[in-house]
Amino acid sequence: MSFVEYGDTIKNGDTAIVFLGHESMFPVKVQHGNVTQTKYGVIRHSTDLIGKKYGSRVTCSKGGWVYILHPTPELWTMNLPHRTQILYSTDISMITMMLELKPGSIVCESGTGSGSLSHALIRTVAPTGHLYTVEFHQQRAEKAREEFREHGVEHLVTVTNQDVCKNGFGVSNVADAVFLDIPSPWEAIGHAKSALKAEGGRICSFSPCIEQVQRTCLAMEEYGFTEINTLEILLRVYNVRTISLQIPDLGKAAEDNSSTSFDCSNPSNQGISCVNLQQGTVQFKSGVPLREMVGHTGYLTFATKS
Amino acid sequence: MEGGERTGPRIREGDCAVLKRGDVFKAVPVLRRRKIIFEKQWFYLDNAIGHIYGTTFEVTSGGNLQLKEVVEETTTETKEAGADNRNIVDDGKSQKLTHDDIKALKDKGIKGQEIVQQLIENSTTFRDKTEFAQDKYIKKKKKKYEAVITIVKPSTRILSTMYYAREPGKINHLRYDTLAQMLTLGNIRAGNKMIVMETCAGLVLGAVMERMGGYGSIIQMYPGGGPVRAATSCFGFPKPFFDNLHEFPLSKMGSLLSGTFSTETLPSEPEDNTLVEEESNGLTGKKQPSLQETEEDSTTETAMEINETEEQETMDINAEDVEFKDIKEKENKGNVREKKQWERRKKLIEAAALLREKNADGLIVASKFHPTPLLLTLLEFVAPSRPFVVYCLYKEPLLECYTKLRERGGVINLKLSETWLRNYQVLPDRSHPKLTMSGGGGYLLSGITVVLDEGKSDTSNLEALKMEEPSSKRCKIQDLHC
Repeated sequence: MSFVEYGDTIKNGDTAIVFLGHESMFPVKVQHGNVTQTKYGVIRHSTDLIGKKYGSRVTCSKGGWVYILHPTPELWTMNLPHRTQILYSTDISMITMMLELKPGSIVCESGTGSGSLSHALIRTVAPTGHLYTVEFHQQRAEKAREEFREHGVEHLVTVTNQDVCKNGFGVSNVADAVFLDIPSPWEAIGHAKSALKAEGGRICSFSPCIEQVQRTCLAMEEYGFTEINTLEILLRVYNVRTISLQIPDLGKAAEDNSSTSFDCSNPSNQGISCVNLQQGTVQFKSGVPLREMVGHTGYLTFATKS
Repeated sequence: MEGGERTGPRIREGDCAVLKRGDVFKAVPVLRRRKIIFEKQWFYLDNAIGHIYGTTFEVTSGGNLQLKEVVEETTTETKEAGADNRNIVDDGKSQKLTHDDIKALKDKGIKGQEIVQQLIENSTTFRDKTEFAQDKYIKKKKKKYEAVITIVKPSTRILSTMYYAREPGKINHLRYDTLAQMLTLGNIRAGNKMIVMETCAGLVLGAVMERMGGYGSIIQMYPGGGPVRAATSCFGFPKPFFDNLHEFPLSKMGSLLSGTFSTETLPSEPEDNTLVEEESNGLTGKKQPSLQETEEDSTTETAMEINETEEQETMDINAEDVEFKDIKEKENKGNVREKKQWERRKKLIEAAALLREKNADGLIVASKFHPTPLLLTLLEFVAPSRPFVVYCLYKEPLLECYTKLRERGGVINLKLSETWLRNYQVLPDRSHPKLTMSGGGGYLLSGITVVLDEGKSDTSNLEALKMEEPSSKRCKIQDLHC
């Protein structure tokens, strides 16, 4: 397995994802002799994991079972240990496309944070591109390096421990794209510009507050960036449910044909809703939004170096 | 910035380039002496050839492109401005220049910048406007009179934005952020073996190819006689990218699954058409027998001039086929056709073999067809623990798809979602979301495959229960698990 290539069977040293059920999963480092506790019982790595096909069902000691999944940056984002607030796949998708990233791209990123975006970027630029990521917190930088090593992608990324606003990204005139997720991105625009290739490079800045965005846009303009564009993207998830609604008792009218208009023999109603006259309900399938949704993550500002 | 200093890919004849003016994009083939219309302007691209992508041009009165000089904005001395608009009456008479006056200026070849200046000077209300209103006025006039065009290199970002704005019908109204989600959720990357089924003019295929960088392989499923790849050719991929691109007809899916697949029953007619279409997908543009000037009428503007010429070519060549029934030519054509059919059969067998391995790394579906039968069939060819994403313009078919997938089993982490996209205007003291936003960009159903349990019955019900999101207690009486 690798975060940049699929493997078929679970091997010693892999990072695998244990899937227990809806939105319940966690990463596990596969190691000979190790055991993992789950609410369904114990998983013994040597017998239950190593050599099994990814996607297999594994029965735990108490009888319940789980699925073992091949890691992907998206699954990693949902399961990684947070050291900072992270970016989720919705924003990551937009960033990847709008920065025009693809295999071979050279990307610069700051701050590395918990490595959520980093893993996604590495996946996209592999096998011939590279990610230069800058993190000013020493322990976080070190933890990131460690994770990239464990995940078999260290050849595709360089972690630098410095302040991007003071010292830049450590490269010049090579990047196809630069990404900023820092408190004061306007202070790094100049460094971003020098890291970017001569013409056509793309930049993105992610900021939760509109005031930060304003300052950043101004700085981008001052440094001669074009096509400056700010947007936000939000995810709406729907639960698929079969819903039953009761038919109200309206009593009997003078004419008997005024009863429920939900006639089961009416072709327009078939397949969509179904009347259960005994129970007095109508059933239909619906995509029900969640009670709460993420209303804001941050504003994404993109621009082109010209 | 002089052209000589900058580096980057250069505009070449035969390329597909994208013209950009503000937020408006249009893809055009780069051909000499070919009139292009874009944003109410007619011009030739000849002068652009050799320049770097990203260069900005102006249209001269002669219909040629010339480099736009970067003019330093004259530092605005504290201009006279008003405080608010309480006394400004919009009677339509504040501009002293008439239509004819402006036309005369344009005909004289006066530059757009100068025209804007003239308009400002001849506006009686300009100095009463607030600074912001003046800014807005100038921006508006510049947009109208400064004919500035940038030529950019096509990419998923640019083409998906262009198609959504110009020809959403051709791509099933797939909004660009939804496409972005698909590419990420599907873990599209170099080295994958992807199955793609789309009826989005080849845009989705192109996006997948871009993210795979020529590595790995793609099997494109197609309805009817052949896949439409109009948008794909726009990306300008190098030829090797197409070496591992296969295609397979949906109409043969049934036989492939039942093990009765054979190439003998392929109809020959559609094959020829498709062959020609596929051949002409390369944008050489040189062999175009009877090419009329693509007259565009403002009501039915087509985004892809290339698409038109391809269709033209296909039609012209077929007509020639029928008309000239010279025996020798017929013989030659017969041999060529035979060889092509044989090639075609060979490729089909290859694609079938790839599918039969049932180890694809992912599945992407974005078509006008009902998604359920497509998913249920195509998932058979995907390995376990791999992502799949289905796009549908409407939510309801995906509700059904979800249900059927639960019944089938072998999938987890099913998620039905859509994204909400909002653009912003960011200016000092004037930042706010933009006035209009897209009402909907379609829906996605995504999930991950797992090893399919052969013995269904009890286990699949348990599985379904386990995989379901817990419903709130309050609704328990009415809710039923799907």
